[in-house]
Amino acid sequence: MTKEHANWSPYDNNGGTCVAIAGADYCVIAADTRMSTGYSILTRDYSKICKLADKSFMASSGFQADVKALQKVLSSRHLIYQHQHNKQMSCPAMAQLLSNTLYYKRFFPYYAFNVLGGLDSEGKGCVFTYDAVGSYERVGYSAQGSGATLITPFLDNQLKSPSPLLLPAKDAVTPLSEAEAVDLVKTCFASATERDIYTGDSVEIIILNANGVRHESEQLRKD
Amino acid sequence: MFRNQYDTDVTTWSPAGRLFQVEYAMEAVKQGSAAIGLRSKTHAVLACVNKANSELSSHQRKIFKVDDHIGVAIAGLTADGRVLSRYMRSECINYGYTYEAPLPVGRLVVQLADKAQVCTQRSWKRPYGVGLLVAGLDESGAHLYYNCPSGNYFEYQAFAIGSRSQAAKTYLERKFESFPGSSRDDLIKDALFAIRETLQGEKLTSSVCTVAVVGVGEAFNILDQATVQALINEFEISGEEAPATASVAEEGAGDAAADQGGAAAEEEVAPMDI
Repeated sequence: MTKEHANWSPYDNNGGTCVAIAGADYCVIAADTRMSTGYSILTRDYSKICKLADKSFMASSGFQADVKALQKVLSSRHLIYQHQHNKQMSCPAMAQLLSNTLYYKRFFPYYAFNVLGGLDSEGKGCVFTYDAVGSYERVGYSAQGSGATLITPFLDNQLKSPSPLLLPAKDAVTPLSEAEAVDLVKTCFASATERDIYTGDSVEIIILNANGVRHESEQLRKD
Repeated sequence: MFRNQYDTDVTTWSPAGRLFQVEYAMEAVKQGSAAIGLRSKTHAVLACVNKANSELSSHQRKIFKVDDHIGVAIAGLTADGRVLSRYMRSECINYGYTYEAPLPVGRLVVQLADKAQVCTQRSWKRPYGVGLLVAGLDESGAHLYYNCPSGNYFEYQAFAIGSRSQAAKTYLERKFESFPGSSRDDLIKDALFAIRETLQGEKLTSSVCTVAVVGVGEAFNILDQATVQALINEFEISGEEAPATASVAEEGAGDAAADQGGAAAEEEVAPMDI
């Protein structure tokens, strides 16, 4: 008796890559803007980054319908939080909320590979990286999505984080300046675009620091 | 209003066709401290009197932000008001989630009214003891509604509820024709004047009142004390020093002892019909 298999899947992978880097007083969150399905391109101009709170931005690759639903759920939860607490959610709080929200659907997961970036209550950059069911960790940098395997080793080389097992605990944030970090991100995407067919078109970069939010955009190869 | 044999249950009609429990709930609104609202074509202002129980305690919050485009001021049982505000916020969030658009104020007040009506027709419930002044903005401009415990709601150019609100209403009735064209600042000024009327000689300072505004290009926000005080000073309306009249019943005391005779027993017409 062979097992019967479904003749359709509720999921699709729209591809794309997301990266975030935490600095001493800034955070860079970036994602390419290509949305694909199979070997086709759906659009060259789709944003995978969502502002969840004043100091929390989430970039997600994977199945964009699930990503959109996840973004809406988190935004609504943030509204409720603001009504109840009269203030914005901190980035670590949002990180926990995201984890709980993902695990809530442990048995029919959001097909979303998330990277949450922002500033913590001390103004230091923080980056949290997730799997599809909510396992998360605060790190100094992270990449998710189809180009992650190409980018992560490069970031490891450039930014190697101290082990979280070390005592005394060392700061995971990179000593790089904001401008250097933004440049590094652009380099990452330029490289990933070369070999990953699902990454390209352009990269949307958000830079969060004490002065507020800045947007940058850089064109990538369209092939 | 006198106690009688038809006022025990909300589900009992009186021979005159009145539901006394609902009317008693509306009495609770009259005992709460004053809240007023007024609107122009583009802005709506809510203001309320904030009396603390004692010098040691904080003021009760009577104005709540429901969404960027809607806010509410309450008079009566503040706890009921808080619960209804939570319901309104939840409705706005759910509507925004489904339609990616702000919930039209008119829709919200109907839902609120229907929710209040349910409590007038269940033997195991009691009516909400709070009146709500809902100020909001939609595509057709600024709106002000009054929702009462009976489940009725009305749209107003300006209105006042709570204790000594008649004084404010008199002031508003004199001025309301100019409101549609008023500027935002004039509207706030009129709100402060109306609040002053309810204070009956007591000095108007920003520590006894709260003001909130919503309008075209301005999300609902509660003005901070310093701003309100500056406006009061600017309009030079703080009035004379006079000993505060201490007999006003605080909002929290609005429970079933409705026959304390606080409000004069007037016409025989059921208040819900007004």
